[in-house]
Amino acid sequence: MTNTTTSGEINDNEDIDNDLIEPKANAFKLVDWSGIAKEGLWKNNPALVQLLGLCPLLAVTNTFINALGLGIATMLVLIVSNLTISLVKDWVTKEIRIPVFIMIIASFVTIVELLMNAYTYGLYLSLGIFIPLIVTNCAIIGRAEAYASRNPPLNAAFDGLMMGLGFTVILLLLGGAREIIGQGTLFDGAHLLFGEWARTLEFQIFHFDQQFLLAVLPPGAFIGMGFIIAGKNYLDNKELEEQKNKAAKKVERARVTTVN
Amino acid sequence: MKRLTNLFVSSPHSRAGLTTNQVMRAVCYACLPGVAAQVYFFGWGVMVQIFLCILVALISEAIILTLREKPVRATLADGSAMLTGLLIAVSIPPLAPWWISVIGVSFAIIIVKQLYGGLGFNLFNPAMAGYVVLLISFPVAMTNWMPVQQLMTYDISLLDSIAAVFTDFTQDGYSVTQLRMAVDGITMATPLDNFKTQIDLGLTASEITNSPIYGQYGGTGWEWVNLGYLVGGLLLLKQGVIRWHIPLAVIASLFTLTLISYSITPDLTLTPMATLFSGATMFAAFFIATDPISSSTTIKGRLIFGAIVGALIFMIREWGGYPDGVAFAVLLANLGVPLIDYYTKPTVYGHKGKA
Repeated sequence: MTNTTTSGEINDNEDIDNDLIEPKANAFKLVDWSGIAKEGLWKNNPALVQLLGLCPLLAVTNTFINALGLGIATMLVLIVSNLTISLVKDWVTKEIRIPVFIMIIASFVTIVELLMNAYTYGLYLSLGIFIPLIVTNCAIIGRAEAYASRNPPLNAAFDGLMMGLGFTVILLLLGGAREIIGQGTLFDGAHLLFGEWARTLEFQIFHFDQQFLLAVLPPGAFIGMGFIIAGKNYLDNKELEEQKNKAAKKVERARVTTVN
Repeated sequence: MKRLTNLFVSSPHSRAGLTTNQVMRAVCYACLPGVAAQVYFFGWGVMVQIFLCILVALISEAIILTLREKPVRATLADGSAMLTGLLIAVSIPPLAPWWISVIGVSFAIIIVKQLYGGLGFNLFNPAMAGYVVLLISFPVAMTNWMPVQQLMTYDISLLDSIAAVFTDFTQDGYSVTQLRMAVDGITMATPLDNFKTQIDLGLTASEITNSPIYGQYGGTGWEWVNLGYLVGGLLLLKQGVIRWHIPLAVIASLFTLTLISYSITPDLTLTPMATLFSGATMFAAFFIATDPISSSTTIKGRLIFGAIVGALIFMIREWGGYPDGVAFAVLLANLGVPLIDYYTKPTVYGHKGKA
């Protein structure tokens, strides 16, 4: 609960400013939608930057389809819980907010769990305990606390969608990579999520006599996660350097003109 | 006369420490007696693996150094990559397929050593981490040890070994699994592996050790390999490349614990001598646990570190799922090194009690 992220606070301030300056009818246009999207997908990605919800992230990403199942479930819960919490935020006092948030999240997780039990039973079995454990996913309570409880409902729901998407993308990257390296397959078990027709999706990229168990077992998830975070930092550093270069070039031109 | 005056200059004298290259080379040379014993008992496959692993180690080190924009040639010349390759090569089964060596060595060099910052920065012993990756990923291939040559049904030449490593079949078309069969068609396991399965079947220790795969002290062949590494280790001690604390602590704690276990349940435990001279005990005590980077740096800390390694080897062999536990023991003890070092800092001269 300590992750009152800086980003949440920054957005918060912007919204207040907008409300003060502009009439309410224009508020919808002025919400920084692309900023929220960028926060969730890249700058403040729950898996890569906040490092929240690592337990399910590392535990179930042994195949692409498992990762997709958990990603969708988490995303759904995140959207509706953010929306609901934002709607009730004015009636919940500060002292009791955490239990209320948890109850809201838990009820949505239960709904998702029952839905999965009914419609995707195979996936429900293969994800096992990690579906009910979505309740304890810090990424969800973290967004409730840092964003949804301070922002209007639509913003909160959109933030939930983007955070959920950011989390799912990382799940998929990790799940896909581990499945390919570990078993040489992709979309193994697709029928668990999409029904029988999806069996045709499964394909074999390599054929191993023995599985590469390191990638299938949890240590592979840790190592893979390390590489993905390193990759993100590499791209960020590169962008930073380019910006610096640009700035340096501008200074140079200015000097040339003054000399002439 | 000039020379004489030089000799009689009074102290203090400058002492040149060993360079990294000298240390690494000394360790490589000290491996020779053990390697010779391994080649004698397990065939040319050992040499094939050593050649392959060192080659892969040098190539992957060169690649990762280029990526990290570090000096390639100077770093390769320190011999540390070569040593890592050598240590992995003598740990894996002699006729293991080539991709096993490639995966293990490149993981050790690229991820365990260089991604942590290169020589001197790695938390874990690269050779053992690479070995553990292989062991948990490919348990079947990694426990496919040949029986010693003297007990084998087929003779395998150097060319056969090369063919077996790269194609899984010898020149005559025997598969590696077939080669492992004894005369009666039973696959032969290593002595420690065999002991573990037989104990589970309800046999007593003395019944099991009657089998020809056990020698006078440890397993046939294995006792000589261990003796070879013991000799090499003593040479390293004499040259001052390693200190006595870690090897002694490893051997003493493994010996004591086995002795206690043996005196309580003699039917379920290998004799203390057999424990010391089977598996990778001596190799671990003198060549693996003494890694100057990932082991403890204080005198007291080294004794504690060695004792932990010995105790973990005993526990894994006795109660664990794997026949030999050297690699796991060393990695787990590596994890404890920062803590051990923190609590065993020597007192600074002039201070009282803890510095």
